[in-house]
Amino acid sequence: MTTRSTHEIHERLLAKFGDAVGPLSEPKIDPFAVVKRERIVEICEFLKTEPGLEFDFLEDLTAIDWPKRNVIEVVYHLLSYTHRHTLVLKVELDRASPSIPTVEGVWKTANWFEREVYDLFGVTFTGHPDLRRIMLPDDWIGHPLLKDYQEAGGWHGISNERENPLVELKRLDDAKRAEAAAAAPQPDPTAKA
Amino acid sequence: MEKLILRRVDRQNEEMILNFGPQHPSTHGVINFLVETDGEVLKRATPDVGYLHRSIEKIGELVGYPGFMPYTDRVDYVAAMFANEGYAIAVEKLLKLEVPPRAQWLRAISCELCRIASHLVSVGTMVMDIGAFTPMLHGIRERETINDLIEALCGARLTYNYHRIGGVAFDLPEGWRDKVLAFLDHFDKFLVEYDRLISFNEIYVKRLANVAVIPGPMAVNYGLVGPNLRGSGVDWDVRRDMPYGAYPNFQFKVPVGKGYFGVSGDSFDRYYVRCLEMAESSKIVRQALESLPEGEITAKVPRNIKPEAGEALSRVESARGEMAYYVVSDGTNKAYRVRVRTGSFTAMSVIEDISPGLMVADLVALISSLDVVAPEIDR
Repeated sequence: MTTRSTHEIHERLLAKFGDAVGPLSEPKIDPFAVVKRERIVEICEFLKTEPGLEFDFLEDLTAIDWPKRNVIEVVYHLLSYTHRHTLVLKVELDRASPSIPTVEGVWKTANWFEREVYDLFGVTFTGHPDLRRIMLPDDWIGHPLLKDYQEAGGWHGISNERENPLVELKRLDDAKRAEAAAAAPQPDPTAKA
Repeated sequence: MEKLILRRVDRQNEEMILNFGPQHPSTHGVINFLVETDGEVLKRATPDVGYLHRSIEKIGELVGYPGFMPYTDRVDYVAAMFANEGYAIAVEKLLKLEVPPRAQWLRAISCELCRIASHLVSVGTMVMDIGAFTPMLHGIRERETINDLIEALCGARLTYNYHRIGGVAFDLPEGWRDKVLAFLDHFDKFLVEYDRLISFNEIYVKRLANVAVIPGPMAVNYGLVGPNLRGSGVDWDVRRDMPYGAYPNFQFKVPVGKGYFGVSGDSFDRYYVRCLEMAESSKIVRQALESLPEGEITAKVPRNIKPEAGEALSRVESARGEMAYYVVSDGTNKAYRVRVRTGSFTAMSVIEDISPGLMVADLVALISSLDVVAPEIDR
């Protein structure tokens, strides 16, 4: 078993794919490499099958929305059971029409992960066999994990707002008190003090 | 008679599309399966999830770092300790915080107790789904003691909120250690009794062996984790292979499915791996109580948690396999993005491929042997 450092893996990627692979990020905590959108499937195939790398496990596939930079990042966390090393890849997509080829053909588990990213971020995965919403209803409007998502105020008449229950309790309490006051015998104004 | 059945199948007039769930006791929560059957044989079962989606990841962006901790309990309420731990480790990684040894030991102890509790529910309900009621009560009875112990530790029985960023919330109460040891003495005997009661029961074994087989490479390809992965014969445990917290200090075995009564990766293997894991967890708790270091239970954590910009991924071995928190910080006091990767989500995705050709009753065995928890799928 050989455990390779992220730098070694990154260098092999650079040697194979050249300028399609960006530099390794500053090692703030977990470093990552930004790769070109068009070659993501090729790169993933290579990482999975190349002897010595063998990233057989797609640990996570998710996205991050950056409205300020006008990009949506799709993040791939890869892990190799054989060699115990990990790698983080990122692809930057245009926020206006985010679309990227699917890696479902490389790892089957990407199927559901990509459906989730499609549902919550609106990223289209071209070539995906079954790209439907997974968490939300099919006729939901918008993609909730985008930073500028606005709630549409409910769904099919089901409100997503609720009055503070304490307000309702206070109203009931007040009504009861008023009723009790009305039912109580009025003090006799003619009675002597 | 046989001919008649064949002819009816040939005419394909037995084909039906049924909804299995969302409110069904065997689906372990609110999950729907669109089941296409031909008589008793499944053509396909398509899972439809999302009924319990609460957008916990969005909540993580809206509340501060410490404020999100109670929400993590709700990711997986059967084994909430791990969800706590995963988030705590991710934020500690962002803050570059050292957790004191005693806190790490306490984390291991609470997590392993929680793993036993979760596995008891899993194996108990599995037996009930197959059709035997009593063993479930035995499992729930033992879990009750663990719930009492954890309640004494942190005041909650289900949603613990025990782990905090930088450590744990409370130290051990007085006399707790002896209570745990007494329980474990009893529990080790219980495991033997449970195996005699149901695990090796001939009918039960016949019902599970060779049913819904997931071969090792397929399990890896579909991203199965934890007992489901090990049930398929893949020898991987985050606690051993990518150690975190106090785990490098403990000796334990990682049980792997060997095809105990059928082939490796069948429903029985996934079930029995959990039974074996409980014994290992018991060993870990004993070792941790023995070697529990003295000292602080929390590191010095700033009052206003503001990690510098960056991102961190934490992995913990939850009762349902690897749970990963991916936290992105932009330098403010709220996380820019919190992502929870859970074992149940990927476990659900394999059902559609495994189901063709199964009997309807075996679908129940498959679902319960995968030990999915609905809120963990949907988050």
